[in-house]
Amino acid sequence: MRLNLAEMRARAPWALRWETGLAIIVVIIGVIGTAASPSFLTSNNLFNLGLSNGEIAIMTLPMALIVISGEIDLSVSSILGMSSCLLGFLWSRHWPMIAIFVVIAVVGIAAGAINGLLVTRVGLPSLAVTIGTLTLYAGIAEILLGPRTVANFPAAYTNLGVNAVPYTGNAVTYSTAIFVALAVIFGVVLHMTPAGRSIYAMGASPEAALFAGIRVKRIKTMLFIVSGLVCSLAGVLYTFRLSTAVADNGVGLELDVVAIVLVGGISIFGGQGSIPGVVLGVLAFAGIQNALLLTNFNQEASGIVAGGLLLLSVFGRNAGSYARRLREWAPAGRRPTESPAAGQGAQAATESRP
Amino acid sequence: MTDTLLRREPPETPAETGSRRLAERVSRIRESGIIVVLALFVAVTAGVQPRFLSVTNIQFVLVNTTIYALLALGETMVVISRNVDLSVGSVLGMSAYLSASLFGQHHGIPIPVVFLVGLGIGLGWGIVNGLLVAAGRVPSLVVTLATLYIIRGVDILIVGGGMVTANTLPGSFTDIPKDTVGGIPDLAIAVAAVIAAGAYYLRSFRSGRELYAIGSNPGAARLAGITIGGRVFTAFAVSGAIAGVVGVLWAAQYGTVDSTAGTGYELTVVTAVVVGGVAIFGGSGSAVGAALGALLLSTINSALYVLGISDFWDQAIAGFLLLLAITIDRIISVRLTAALRLRSTRRAT
Amino acid sequence: MKLRQTAWLAMSVLTASSLVAACSSSSSPSSSVTTSASSPAATSGALKTGLKVFVIPKNLGNSYFTTADSAKTGGAIAALDALGETGTETSGTTDTPSSQIPAIQAAISKGADALIISATDPTALCPTLNSAMKRGIVVVTYDSDAPTCRSLFINQATSQGIGDIEVDLLAQQLHDTGQIAIVSASADDTNQNAWIGYMKQELKKYPKMSLVSTVYGNDDTATSTQVTQGLLEQYPNLKGIISPTTVGIAAAAAVLDTAKYRGKVALTGLGTPDEMKKYVADGTVKAFALWNPANLGYLAAYAAVELASGKINGTQGQTFSAGKLGSFTIGADKTVLLGPPFVFTASNINNFNF
Repeated sequence: MRLNLAEMRARAPWALRWETGLAIIVVIIGVIGTAASPSFLTSNNLFNLGLSNGEIAIMTLPMALIVISGEIDLSVSSILGMSSCLLGFLWSRHWPMIAIFVVIAVVGIAAGAINGLLVTRVGLPSLAVTIGTLTLYAGIAEILLGPRTVANFPAAYTNLGVNAVPYTGNAVTYSTAIFVALAVIFGVVLHMTPAGRSIYAMGASPEAALFAGIRVKRIKTMLFIVSGLVCSLAGVLYTFRLSTAVADNGVGLELDVVAIVLVGGISIFGGQGSIPGVVLGVLAFAGIQNALLLTNFNQEASGIVAGGLLLLSVFGRNAGSYARRLREWAPAGRRPTESPAAGQGAQAATESRP
Repeated sequence: MTDTLLRREPPETPAETGSRRLAERVSRIRESGIIVVLALFVAVTAGVQPRFLSVTNIQFVLVNTTIYALLALGETMVVISRNVDLSVGSVLGMSAYLSASLFGQHHGIPIPVVFLVGLGIGLGWGIVNGLLVAAGRVPSLVVTLATLYIIRGVDILIVGGGMVTANTLPGSFTDIPKDTVGGIPDLAIAVAAVIAAGAYYLRSFRSGRELYAIGSNPGAARLAGITIGGRVFTAFAVSGAIAGVVGVLWAAQYGTVDSTAGTGYELTVVTAVVVGGVAIFGGSGSAVGAALGALLLSTINSALYVLGISDFWDQAIAGFLLLLAITIDRIISVRLTAALRLRSTRRAT
Repeated sequence: MKLRQTAWLAMSVLTASSLVAACSSSSSPSSSVTTSASSPAATSGALKTGLKVFVIPKNLGNSYFTTADSAKTGGAIAALDALGETGTETSGTTDTPSSQIPAIQAAISKGADALIISATDPTALCPTLNSAMKRGIVVVTYDSDAPTCRSLFINQATSQGIGDIEVDLLAQQLHDTGQIAIVSASADDTNQNAWIGYMKQELKKYPKMSLVSTVYGNDDTATSTQVTQGLLEQYPNLKGIISPTTVGIAAAAAVLDTAKYRGKVALTGLGTPDEMKKYVADGTVKAFALWNPANLGYLAAYAAVELASGKINGTQGQTFSAGKLGSFTIGADKTVLLGPPFVFTASNINNFNF
């Protein structure tokens, strides 16, 4: 009996979803990792994983929403760097930490608002805008601290990089905990609120969304603002974890964030994807890199694996359409049972089943 | 196939000429805009530090620009067709190392052969990109992001901890960026010629103009019978080939090559291209504009160093210029669309 | 629809949290705490064998570190092999703490007994290194120090020695008169800043020489080239340049290698013989200094093994033997000195191949 995709899709849609495949891959990575190194799933290793990837993970959440809505934000790493330098700059001028946090939040919101307004009000493509702001904000970060580093933060804060959240058996970093909390919030907003549905709608079809009364501009601007705020929070976490504020903190991270979001099943065209997918994407990405580190795989080649994962994820997504196109190219002389008419017959039979 | 590639446009009707002239006049204005900004910058800097305009400094700036200007040419072709090529930096790095190391491994190898090897490496990766984008129907942002990672990773594996050092390179090779004719570096003249040729191709040859059509409205282009896949594939192949050649030039210019060569260049090239007036979603812009964008960014860079201003400002300035450029382009394109629409309705009545 | 989505979300969160809980409850204390403490006691006087030692340079892909670390150049791993230990080189791919830290953590997870590290930052690594030392792992820094979180620092030459020789070499060529400038690497490099400090002091001996500028090339060839060009334009009377970084000196040499500047602007600094051979041959550079990086790595390896075997503990005045390099004494601040810098000139440069 031939595999009838249509039938499968009707009966068990969850089996063919991206997230399922990704979950299987994450499990496979876990298995391979444990087989390669007994310390893979130890709490200590998970702790280290959380430390190195916590901030990136946090940044993927607003990025996912932005990409689903049909835009992109490449300035995330520069907002992280800018807030890190702002932290160092103000701390070296003896501002109280609370005031510094407020300023950083405001600057993060402003940075996101600039992105949002340029995209929605002036009507510029977000790719170009955020390449510009990526450079601009990185430049501001450099102007703030210049060549200096600031490393004298109080231990109460830098212990973020050392201590785990209490009661979790030393496995969960503060950044992981924040990530989980934010994932739940973003997940609820995206999957269970009208605003979330609007985000999907505007990604799938901007004009239709507009005509349906969705306030596309307002929501998109909000998404960029949220991204700015979250990334500046990530910048604070990053700085405390390394206990160092320096201009090149975070440089290049935006590529990792975009890669994770894509691997997590968010379509670059907008309108598709989910938060569980992004969470799985984070696990897959981080898991692979960590597994490579723990085995004696050539560390220098980890970029190849990241790029390969990215390509696989996009081709995987397109696999359905390749299969279809391949079938179209099949030679004209087919057996009678495979004629289109018979195919339709089978489908009609399925639909008529009680 | 050569026929379609090289066939020039059939003669236009007067109405078409008018519209085209308007669009061209606008792009000339855009390019002259960059020249004006450039001139302003140079004037201000030279006012403060006259040595900015010394012969040696102009030579420095011109030679430093050649790499970015050439990369901008390839990138323009890709961006015009509504794609992007982020892998140019990695391709440059791999080509620089592999081709320059040939001098050490095969003594006496002729320089043109080394350039051909570089071109081959770049062309190879360009073909990979082109296939993935055109045949695979995968968005170029994703594809070239992945190949950026992959090519750099392969390069790091190949290079390991090694490097090509200047003593293995023949003097005639490292002199390429240094030779001048009448005070102007040979390299700058050669690159200017290549860019002029590229601009002419894009403007006057059918296959070049089809890139604009594809970027402007892919659906209409397909209906008009343009083979989108073929053209896009060619654009990526050319972009890769150019990056490969630029890699060899990079080695000639800097003399020492390790696994970090070219890192981060893609961002600068895209910035130069957009500042130069090429729309990020394709359909408009010119190679000359992109090259001028590259020149502008190099000049600003040099100005900051010469003035002794902390070079930490150059990124902020570049980012600001990019945002300014796309805003201006947006305003221009809105006005231009309105003007063209008005023109065509007037003609209709 | 809503029910299914809720189920999805809940499932993912449940999976994630149960994964974490499961691992933390079954956590084994990281296997890194090892057997070095409980290994069969070697007869006092003999060094332990079978130790797992990780050599972690600032980043992979830098030929200076490859020479310092690898077996075939007689570096750290050659020493470790000779001593019967297992030596592995690992690190990130960029010269930043956030790239180096995961490699350090992975080494710890893999059961390291000793770490030999060239620090990308004086303080950012401390949380990780301190927790390593708490577990009994020996932490030795070489080439670039993290002063507050290691057991020993193997210094290639005293900072004063390097600072002095750079200025003296240039003064010789300039006949003690003229403007000079420094092309450095990154502004937060521990070793760079230490050396520059001593250079400024040594300059006081030459009242007719003045330091007009210090610029940063960030160990990037293109940037180093541009800052050098900028210097030449900004200071037309510049007579000499010191670049105490191998990337910087190579880039500066390429710029000065023209009829206009050769012989008119002197260049010295820290460079590797291979990189400099062309420029010494054509007269752009007359003399420059370095040390043998392979010897540095070799010495660091011996020091680490001696520490791990309990034969020394970092107190000033203790001595130990480092194989073919002879015997060494620990100095102040738990530092071991390799020796005076070595000056390369046209007469001896062709004897070296690194």
